[in-house]
Amino acid sequence: MPPMRSGKGDDIEMIRSITQKKSEEEIDRLLNGLGRIFIIGCGTCVTLTRTGGEPEVLEMKENLSEKGKMITGHTVVPVACDNLTREFLDDFGEQIDQADTLLIMTCAFGVQTIAKQLRKMVVPALDTLFVGKETAFGMFDEICTQCGTCIIGETGGICPVTNCHKGLVNGPCGGTNHGKCEIDVAKDCVWTLIYNRLKELDRLDAMRKYQKPRNHQGEPKPGKFKLTSA
Amino acid sequence: MPTAFKEALKSGKFVVTSEVAPPKGTNLEKFSHHIEILKDKVDAMNVTDHQSSVMRYPSLGGCLLVQELGGEVILQMTCRDRNRLALQADLLFASSRGIQNVLCLTGDSIILGDHKEAKSVFDLDSSQLLETIRILENGKDLGGNELDGDVSFCAGAIVTPEADPIEPQLVKFEKKIEAGAEFIQTQAVYDLDKFKEFMNYAKQFNVKILAGIILLTSAPMARFMNKNIAGVSVPQELIDEMASAPKGQALKKGIEIAGRMIKQIKEEDMCDGVHIMAIGKEETVPDIMEAAGLI
Repeated sequence: MPPMRSGKGDDIEMIRSITQKKSEEEIDRLLNGLGRIFIIGCGTCVTLTRTGGEPEVLEMKENLSEKGKMITGHTVVPVACDNLTREFLDDFGEQIDQADTLLIMTCAFGVQTIAKQLRKMVVPALDTLFVGKETAFGMFDEICTQCGTCIIGETGGICPVTNCHKGLVNGPCGGTNHGKCEIDVAKDCVWTLIYNRLKELDRLDAMRKYQKPRNHQGEPKPGKFKLTSA
Repeated sequence: MPTAFKEALKSGKFVVTSEVAPPKGTNLEKFSHHIEILKDKVDAMNVTDHQSSVMRYPSLGGCLLVQELGGEVILQMTCRDRNRLALQADLLFASSRGIQNVLCLTGDSIILGDHKEAKSVFDLDSSQLLETIRILENGKDLGGNELDGDVSFCAGAIVTPEADPIEPQLVKFEKKIEAGAEFIQTQAVYDLDKFKEFMNYAKQFNVKILAGIILLTSAPMARFMNKNIAGVSVPQELIDEMASAPKGQALKKGIEIAGRMIKQIKEEDMCDGVHIMAIGKEETVPDIMEAAGLI
């Protein structure tokens, strides 16, 4: 997806599409019977996450060549999800035509853009996990699940819908231990963070307020939105 | 009409409840056996709801069996597996069949259980489930629609008195009471001085408190809980006491410790009763009660 500025600062603070490479077994299965492959990476999010930049594309090429696949070509497009990707890929017309399939090492936005533009079967090499940012080297965190019913005005600007494993809005569950989450001792319990923040701001009354059941249709499915003025 | 369990809570007597776990499968023999042993000894039996996110025979089905066998029952209900339609429907069913004590829980993470790829729901949380019960009792559903027929419950929830940090838990505890919890079962307590501190705070609220007692079965089991169960802290001297038991006598020692703790809780009038969790060893509950001088 196109980079969105999350604030001042350099690229590392940009909101990105966070991806993870599929297992080798799954990629092998998806490519079964397909001998000629063209590989596409992306210069934006997946380059940052080291899942679909130049080094990863080259590694994939090596790996598949060793397995007897014929790599008809490979490239790293600047922004896979951009409409200009089509023009960029025009330069590889013949190599793409020769391929049985395109192995695409971008997020799902890029895979869908390319599939639509080239009308060719595509194989995603990555799984798209969430929209987030790199908070420390090699550490990516989701920032917003885009639930459509934002409540962070009452939680000190920290999102429990995104950061609580259960998405609880009325306080912690009983699984929290030493300020950490029951599913991961390295993960902070977001309700401990919210409590501390609200205490610091002398606004614990906000946490004491009963939150009604969430509107789970706040996020349209599929996501579609039209400006009323449009 | 108030349930027998609610009457027991109101009577001021020292209330004893116990947990029973439905089986993995349809063989109800052992489960029925546990119910038969306990039904005349405890004030009510809690039937667990896919405890630790492990798929089992359902809590509602287990509750029906307890009733058929003549016991008083508490339906455990987690928010992990059902959305608000399914939760309300199950509450209507329960009420219509006389299952009117409910323990409202958030529920453990799916990841801790045996269906790790399942979708977790959490459409409601425990406070919202309590509030839902009160709304149903007022003749409406969560959509604001009229209900045909009465609904009535005695609703409860849980608290972890030894949680670290405790403050966020206490905010939630108070919200649960405001949302309509009439009784509170605690996570296992072992350090009774700490529990007394919690009760000094909790006594200000109009809610009945049942102290959670988990039977220790061995020293390694106690260490395992300290490491893996949130909010459970078995003091070293109790672990040492368990370890000191002669070979083959650890369970006996655990029963003795549980009985001793219950006796002290009752004698010092710390709270309104106890909830005994003899995870998988339900047949020992009468022995624990005997050791506590309750029977």
